[in-house]
Amino acid sequence: MSTMSMVQALNSAMDVMLARDPKVLIFGEDVGFYGGVFRVTDGLQKKHGERRVFDAPIAEGGMLAAAVGMGAYGLRPIVEIQFADYIYPATDQLISEAARIRYRSAGEFAAPITVRAPCGGGIFGGQTHSQSVEAIFTHVCGLKTVMPSNPYDAKGLLISAIEDDDPVVFFEPKRLYNGPFDGHPDRPATPWSQHKASEVPEGYYTVPLGQAAIVRPGNAVTVLAYGTMVHVSLAAAEEAQVDAEVIDLRTLLPLDIEAIVASVKKTGRCVIAHEATRTCGYGAELSALVQEECFYHLEAPIVRVTGFDTPYPHALEWAYFPGPKRVADGIRQALAD
Amino acid sequence: MNDIPVTKSSATEPLRLHIPPHRSIPGKRPDFSYFRLPPAGETRRPVIDVPSVETHPLATALIRVLDEADEAVGDWDPHLDPEPLRGGLRAMMLTRAYDRRMYNAQRTGKTSFYMTSLGEEAVAVAQAMALNSDDMLFTSYRQQGLLIARGYPILDMMCQIYSNSRDPLKGRQLPVMYSSRDYSFYSISGNLGTQFPQSVGWAMASAYSGDTRIAAGWIGEGATAEPDFHHALTFAAVYRAPVVLNVVNNQWAISSHQEVAGGEEATFAARAIGFGLACLRVDGNDFLAVYAATKWAAERARANHGATLIELFTYRAGSHSTSDDPTRYRPEDEPRTWPLGDPVDRLARHLIHRGEWSDDRHKSQEQELTELVRATDREAQTYGTLGEGGHFGVETMFEDVYKEMPWHLRRQLRQALGDK
Repeated sequence: MSTMSMVQALNSAMDVMLARDPKVLIFGEDVGFYGGVFRVTDGLQKKHGERRVFDAPIAEGGMLAAAVGMGAYGLRPIVEIQFADYIYPATDQLISEAARIRYRSAGEFAAPITVRAPCGGGIFGGQTHSQSVEAIFTHVCGLKTVMPSNPYDAKGLLISAIEDDDPVVFFEPKRLYNGPFDGHPDRPATPWSQHKASEVPEGYYTVPLGQAAIVRPGNAVTVLAYGTMVHVSLAAAEEAQVDAEVIDLRTLLPLDIEAIVASVKKTGRCVIAHEATRTCGYGAELSALVQEECFYHLEAPIVRVTGFDTPYPHALEWAYFPGPKRVADGIRQALAD
Repeated sequence: MNDIPVTKSSATEPLRLHIPPHRSIPGKRPDFSYFRLPPAGETRRPVIDVPSVETHPLATALIRVLDEADEAVGDWDPHLDPEPLRGGLRAMMLTRAYDRRMYNAQRTGKTSFYMTSLGEEAVAVAQAMALNSDDMLFTSYRQQGLLIARGYPILDMMCQIYSNSRDPLKGRQLPVMYSSRDYSFYSISGNLGTQFPQSVGWAMASAYSGDTRIAAGWIGEGATAEPDFHHALTFAAVYRAPVVLNVVNNQWAISSHQEVAGGEEATFAARAIGFGLACLRVDGNDFLAVYAATKWAAERARANHGATLIELFTYRAGSHSTSDDPTRYRPEDEPRTWPLGDPVDRLARHLIHRGEWSDDRHKSQEQELTELVRATDREAQTYGTLGEGGHFGVETMFEDVYKEMPWHLRRQLRQALGDK
């Protein structure tokens, strides 16, 4: 066991997989010699060589296309998209190609690709360095979508993603890279070392895709969250002094529907929290599923707490961010009826 | 103080937006004044390991081997024996017979869609012969001749066209979007251009793995305007990928002439220059020239000298697909008067000139292949057609979305089968 930040845990996952599987390679903008703008691939080129970890031209579509071709050959490429906001030029290769190749070739070819992308706000990144774009990809059949909330899960989920035979879009909440964040920007930042989930095995282990985690058991209301909003939701439950059950979805697709249904049937109330914009966000799908599966157990309307349907503003970042107060208000609303 | 003098424009005329003219007018005479036809044998063949810059003058040349007297001339003559040439001729003629049959199958309602490669058969067939049979092919939708030249069963191709119970792709893909791992032929996409940079990725993987196989990609001149083309050239150049990158310039992207894709002021081969890639520009209807150019590029790639961009200058003699009518956008006799002729006729005449073929043999081979295609089609139709049924079961719709079916698809499968 070591104490690791999320950056170190993700780095360790790739280090382990580079050593275990010669078919694994990493490329992306600035990931080689420099080690990535967030330092997630730091030292990997030096340790595993330029052939395994190298810089790519600034062409996200080209990177994904190269990865699709490599996947067809039989390799397991890991592509770093420097910011999730930059993923759009790659979407044709990701949506029309990687996600569809197994189906359209009747299983002859596959795209065992992992696409890593830092997402979310809270770092004054403005509208082009703060987006949460997960719902674009959960909408695409053939893709799997993952978002960890802590170092232990980040490493175990990333190893699962690399080993998965289908393309996985792996979003890393960049505000969590170096410490948990409860949504209070005015308070001093805390490092991961004070958090239980920073205890990370140095070697190989997996956290399976498709399994949620109950990070706070409770009976009064279920809060569904992922990424940064897991920590915000935990803070909100404390501040509202409510016996909330907080579920960290971890994988958005395939979704752990059983964990959600079991919790909502127990509590009868449900709050969904995400940082992404509201309309057609992943919360809409969650809300529909909860309604379909748990309608007769619901005692109040489902509440969504989300980012507003505006671009992510620079100066007004904290007015935009769905912080603990907004989530606590949502919890109270779900408990009001 | 600003001491830089401000210059006012001395132009008196207002700015004009240039729209490339549509020169081909239905009902008028075909106009080929936009290109120069150099004589066969004029272009020199560089050694395969020259610096790419030494190939750049070839971007505006046109490699031609067969001259007006049907003789093979010049540096690029690959000196092929008659037997492989007769094999190439047969594969082109089989492709043409197959295309004719499948086009008519669509016209009689047996399937939804078809695309012939009429006039472009040399591009695919000669290139298949110049590459190794396990080199990986990332093609667009008009290189069916590659599969046919590699000996892929036309029965399987027909079953794909009919989306029937023997379709290797289980009825999931639009007709002509073949895929065959066994024949090193990557699944064709309907999204134009995506395969081009994928071929570079595959080639990078082959080099990464210390393999000896190379990749080849094909794209139409129209789709070179897509960013995928730019990505392919960038990645091929940066990583010196062992790949042959082919632009099939058949003059037409549905109804848009090659000038709309940016062919008015520069050739498509010349796109390689800015990337530092080698380039060749070749008469795509000259079987020997296509073979020789592809062989050059393949040998260069296999010897770790990097990628070559080849512009195959040809002509789409048929419609784009069964969904358009070329007489609405070009003169009806334009295909017949194309100055570079027909690839099948030109190779046949060359073999006749060498005393290795005859009109009679040609006619009887044509009949033999027509009969072969007809008989194979009859068998294919016994496995079903799109119109009359004989498809894979509904349950197969949910397979291969993921390697393992997740719960939500299992649930939707039960729903599709009528279970609750």
